[in-house]
Order: sequence, then structure tokens, then C-alpha cells
Amino acid sequence: MNAPLLQDLAPSQLPERARALLESGGRLQMAYAWFPDGAIELRYLAAARPKVFEIWRVRPENGTAPSLAAVAPLLSWYEREIADLCGVRFEGRPEPDPLVLLPGARASAPPLTPGADLRIDYTPQFARLPEIAGPDRADVQVLPFGPVRGDVLESAQFLFLYIGEAILHYLPKLFFKHRGMEKRFEGLNAPFAPVLAERVSGVDSVAHALACCQALEAAAGCAVPPRAHWLRVLLAELERLYNHLHYLGHLCHTTTLKVGEAQGKYLEELAKQINGRLAGSRFLRGLVIPGGLHREPRLDGLRESLARLQEQFAPYAEMLETSTTHLDRLITTGVLPRRTAFDQGASGPIERASGLDRDLRRDHPYAAYDELKFPVALRTAGDAHARQQVRLAEIESSLALIRAVLDELPEGPVHAECTPPPGSEGLGWAESPRGSLYYAVHVGSDGRIARMKIKSPSFSNWRAFPFTVHDTNMMDYAIDEASFGLTVAGCDR
Amino acid sequence: MPVWTLYGLKQGKVSQRWPAVGGDDGQSGVLGFPRFDPAQCQSGCRDCADACLPQAITLKEGGGVNVDYGRCVQCQLCVTACPSGAFTLSSDWAFGVRAREDLVWAQAANSAAGQTLKREIRKVFGRSLHVRHVDAGSCNGCESELQALNNPYYNLHRLGVFFTPSPRFADLLLVTGPVTYAMKGPLLAAYEGMPEPRFVMAAGTCACSGGTNGGGYACGRGLDGLLPVDVWLPGCPPNPAAFIHALLMLLQRLPQRVRGGHLMEDGDGR
Repeated sequence: MNAPLLQDLAPSQLPERARALLESGGRLQMAYAWFPDGAIELRYLAAARPKVFEIWRVRPENGTAPSLAAVAPLLSWYEREIADLCGVRFEGRPEPDPLVLLPGARASAPPLTPGADLRIDYTPQFARLPEIAGPDRADVQVLPFGPVRGDVLESAQFLFLYIGEAILHYLPKLFFKHRGMEKRFEGLNAPFAPVLAERVSGVDSVAHALACCQALEAAAGCAVPPRAHWLRVLLAELERLYNHLHYLGHLCHTTTLKVGEAQGKYLEELAKQINGRLAGSRFLRGLVIPGGLHREPRLDGLRESLARLQEQFAPYAEMLETSTTHLDRLITTGVLPRRTAFDQGASGPIERASGLDRDLRRDHPYAAYDELKFPVALRTAGDAHARQQVRLAEIESSLALIRAVLDELPEGPVHAECTPPPGSEGLGWAESPRGSLYYAVHVGSDGRIARMKIKSPSFSNWRAFPFTVHDTNMMDYAIDEASFGLTVAGCDR
Repeated sequence: MPVWTLYGLKQGKVSQRWPAVGGDDGQSGVLGFPRFDPAQCQSGCRDCADACLPQAITLKEGGGVNVDYGRCVQCQLCVTACPSGAFTLSSDWAFGVRAREDLVWAQAANSAAGQTLKREIRKVFGRSLHVRHVDAGSCNGCESELQALNNPYYNLHRLGVFFTPSPRFADLLLVTGPVTYAMKGPLLAAYEGMPEPRFVMAAGTCACSGGTNGGGYACGRGLDGLLPVDVWLPGCPPNPAAFIHALLMLLQRLPQRVRGGHLMEDGDGR
């Protein structure tokens, strides 16, 4: 992992700098604020060129900074979140509504202000809807769906503006599950951080623990033993495996391919049972800690169980790719054009299905990924089918990566001492099954965590998702949503 | 679509007989709650309490520790932290109880008063149960395992337990998450919408006590004081077999396996 380059910018330099970055083919990754010595400071993370991140450090003037959302639309959500949680004003924000705090929620102070004794007063209000114009406006109906939805699903509210079968506009209202997770890291010592990180988004436990620990390791400047690096790859790929298998089963559920659903979910179950034997946890929790791994995972029998899984996966994948009833529902459904994917910050399998060739494992290698060769799955159609194909290819490559780790795993210890010193900071990242995940840590003068920023892939992909729903039809909605493979917990934090 | 039918038939039957005798619960190697042996505990030591983020382990006045499994997230850090082996790894996960106190480690296995719970449950529901799930701010770990209940391996339907989209048809409100400020209202509305008699399960450590995620500016600390809970099921998350055990325990088709923080052999807790 290369250390990011830290640069100081004046607020007035921001728009020009952002434009120059985009013109040179770079991309903004996230933005957040924190309070060093009580004064607010903004941080922008930019991927300028391969293997190097830039961090722009900006001190707002009178609590105000220029909005970059018109230059880089994906920043709009970050600006709204910073405004809600840290109280920064962004001048010229195109979307002025709060994001994280729900309509009708009033915090006694911006929740991330240090030392604030906080309370949220909440009188639920209906979300502000876009103005409806045109000759048919009397026929437009509003369907609010959620936050408690059917089946066993995460809580979120979706507003559909529709006429008959046609969706005119779609507005997801998220953050019902906002738990204030970033604030909970404050005041913790490093060893507790992964325990909490694993519980931000349960099905991405490894990726969260990994990004969190890598941030702490960068702050501490400690060297993780090679064996731990390799085993971290193994854990991360096992996580991708069960997530993608679940994804296929769930996608079949929405296309009403019953046997396909049963088989996908059965294979997911087998993968989780492999996890349980290996780590003692079906979600692979409790292994990744700052400095390496908590203990050795049980590797005996892993190769054989994965071989059996792969034997069952291969014909299943072929069936999915040749079933016309299934493919009919996927092809041209929920198209995310390449340009929209880039502008709105889509991440992971979603952006790769829309032709954006990016993967943190290859572009900014961490753990042992720089020593491993693997293909980055890429499709250009940007529809639900392309997203299925990317996931199918990634399952194959995960299985190959796990075999490679088992073949070449170096001997040695799995843990080294790691204590970030007071006043240090670090950035960690991981390509989770859903896309790019970042953790930025700032350690206070007492050696405890003063700020932990979490940028989850679902935060990015929920931003892009509505662009595939506007102007489509109700029948395709469930398929489109399933094809994105979003979590609400990761987005809401 | 005959090709899928043929393919499905060729896969054979994969559902387990569990919880019937001889069935595989599928949790081989899965760690449960750390087992506590006070005889091994050294006085004056606080390493386990210092290693416990959700404060499931707290120091007792006058020495020793209190252990509350309703707060445990199974991170297993206490097992490593304890210098004298008072905490050991275990596969004890079927921790559903009817009284919250039964999750607190007690010297003797005592049965709390009022254990016999509504005797009519079997009469009213027969052997079937309809469940309305409400996510009140979980990490999605509990949902992942709840969704697994309907995979062919566990095949919850065979046991007569169904998830229903409407609270009006539900017998049991199954709640996950520490209850965020925004989900409190919808959660209570779902409960209000259920017909009597109705039951509530606090599923997962978050819903039992807030766990690591409860409290703070946006969250409560689970269902305690919010809804009348009939079954507490800690676990982070409870695995599918633990969910099945707790659901059948509610229906009085399986006995409670935990009293006073002790896991008992089947039958003892009846």
C-alpha cells in the first residue's frame, strides 16, 4: 500500500483542482470532515493516477466551502452528509435537502461535533417530492413503500411517482438505519476498532475489518507479516464468494426462476458453512485485527470443500447463462450508462458492468494482491445481465485466487505489534464484494481514535441506482434492485 | 421449464432432518458464546472486562465478574485476554430464553418466575407460526441468516414457520437491530397492527441489549422497555439453527436450553 499524498488547498482552489483532476482522467473517491483541535477540516480523497491517492486538506472559511457537486456530481451526497453531521455549509449546493438526517429530524448540534451532548428530536415528515408538471399530472400517483418492507429485507423507504405500470420518477429514502457508527469509534483503542467495523455491514465483515485495520496499520507504520497478508486475501475472497452466490440466488428469485433461486442460496449456504469451519464464524468475523490476524484459520479440508463447491457451481452458472426466461428479464433491464456510472460514482461490480475498468485490488493493491495475478471482470452493456456476468466471472476468479493462496502461502507468524501513536492518521481501503470501501482514521493526542470515516460501496451505488429506475416500469424494478446487490446497513452506517 | 426441473431433481434432497434426531444442524466449527468458569477466575484481574467492547463482562464489587450473554457479540476477545483460562471457546449458540435474566451468568441454574409462558400458545397456533420481521437498524448480518432459513438446507417452511409481509397476519414480531430513532415509530406501528395474541422476539444481540452498536445519538439499546419480549435470542448474528431453535422454543416444540447463562443438555431446561 502506497501512502497517499497530502496536499493543502484553499477553499477557492477546490473547483479548479477538481476540474483538472477529472480532465486528466482521475476521479474523486470520497469527502469527509473532522475537527482537529476543535476547528473543522475537510478532506477530499482523489485517485489521480494508478497506485497513488491524493488527499486534499481544506480549511473552510467561516464554516463555508464551495460546492463541487456541479463539477463532480458524486460529491453531492458527501456534501449533504458533511452538512448534516458536521455543520459545514457548501455554497451553491444543487441538492439542498438533508441526506442522513430524515425529514423531521433535528439534532441539537451537528452529531460529529466533538463533545456535543446530542439528542435527535424526530417528528416524522413526508419527504419533499419533486414538482409534478405536464398535462398528465393529475394522473400521477405516489407510492411510498417501506420502511418496513415485505419478506426479510432491510429497512428503507422507496417513493415511486408512477402512472399505471410506468415509473416516472423514483426516490429512495435511506438512512432509517443510521446508527451513528462513525461516532461510536471515537474514544476507542485500536484493538476494539475491527470488532465495531465488522458490525457496520455484516455481509461485508472482512472488507470492513480489513480496511479499518489497514488504516490503523498505516497510522502506526507497522509491518504486517507476509502470511497474514496472504490469509487476508483468502478471507476477502471467501467473503466475495458467499456474497456473489447469494446475489445469484436472489436475482433468480426476482426473475421467478425457483430452482435457480434454491440452488444459488444452497451454494451460498455451503460457502457459509465452509466459513464457519474455517473461522468459527459464518461471516468470517474475529480474525482480522490490527497487525495481522487474531489466530490461524483452520485450513484443513478447505481445498476439497471448495473443489466440491466449484463442481456444483460450474453447471449452475452455465444454466443461468443459457436460460432464456431468466435472460429475457435481465437483458436491457436497469441500464446504467458508462458516463452516469462515472459521474455518480458507481462502484465495484456495478461500474465494471458499465465498462469502467477499476478494481482496488489491482489499481491500489493491498494485502498480498500485488503478488497475485487475476483478471478484472469487465462488461459494457451496463444492464442487469452484465451485472450478473461480472459476478459470475468474479466467483471463478475468487475460487482461483483462493487456490493460489493455498498453493503459495508463506510460513511464519500471523501477527505483529501495531499501536498507532498519538496524533497519527491513516487511510485503508479494500475492494469489498460490492465495491470500493475506505476507512480514514485520525488518532487523538490520547492515542485513542478521534475520528473514523467510513465510505461504503453501497453509499456510492445507492447514489447511482435511481438513474436506472427513472422512466422504466414497475415490473422490472425488483430485478433491477436485486441486480445491484445493495446493502442498506453499509450505506446508512 | 423442464430443464430446470430435471436439474433440480438431479440435485436431490438437501434439507436436513434437524432439529429431528440424527439431522445435521450445519454449524460444524461455528463458535458460540465463550464459556465462563468462575473457578478459574483470578481475583484482582480485569483483563476480560477491558477486552469486552459491549460490556457483557463487567467487574463485580468485591471481586469477580458479571457475565451477561445478552450483551455478548461473540468476538471471542475475552478468551484471548483471560490469563487463567476462565473463558473458553465453545460451540454454545442455542441461547434463546424466555426471561432476560437467564442470559446473565448465575451460580445456580435457576428458573425465573413466570417461565411457563402463555400455556395456550400451542392451542392457539397449533404447530404453525407466521412471522413479521422488522429490521430496526441491524448490520444486515441477522437478515442474512434469516434469509438463509428459507434456503433448501434449513427449509423453514417444513416446520410450519412462515414469514408474512403484513403484521395483520402475523403471530410473532421478530425484531433485529438496536432500534434507531427513525425505526422506533415504524416498529411500534407494526406491533400495533398485529392481532392478539401476539408475540415478540428480540433477535440478535443488538435487539437484546444494543450490543456494540446501540446507544449514541441515533440508537436505542434494543427492545428492553420498548416492547413486551417473549423470547430473547442473543448472537451476533444468531446462526440459522439458533433461529430455528428459538422459533420452536416459542412454540413449545423444543425446550429452552439456557438457564442462568448455562447451556444445558436437552431436557434439563424443560
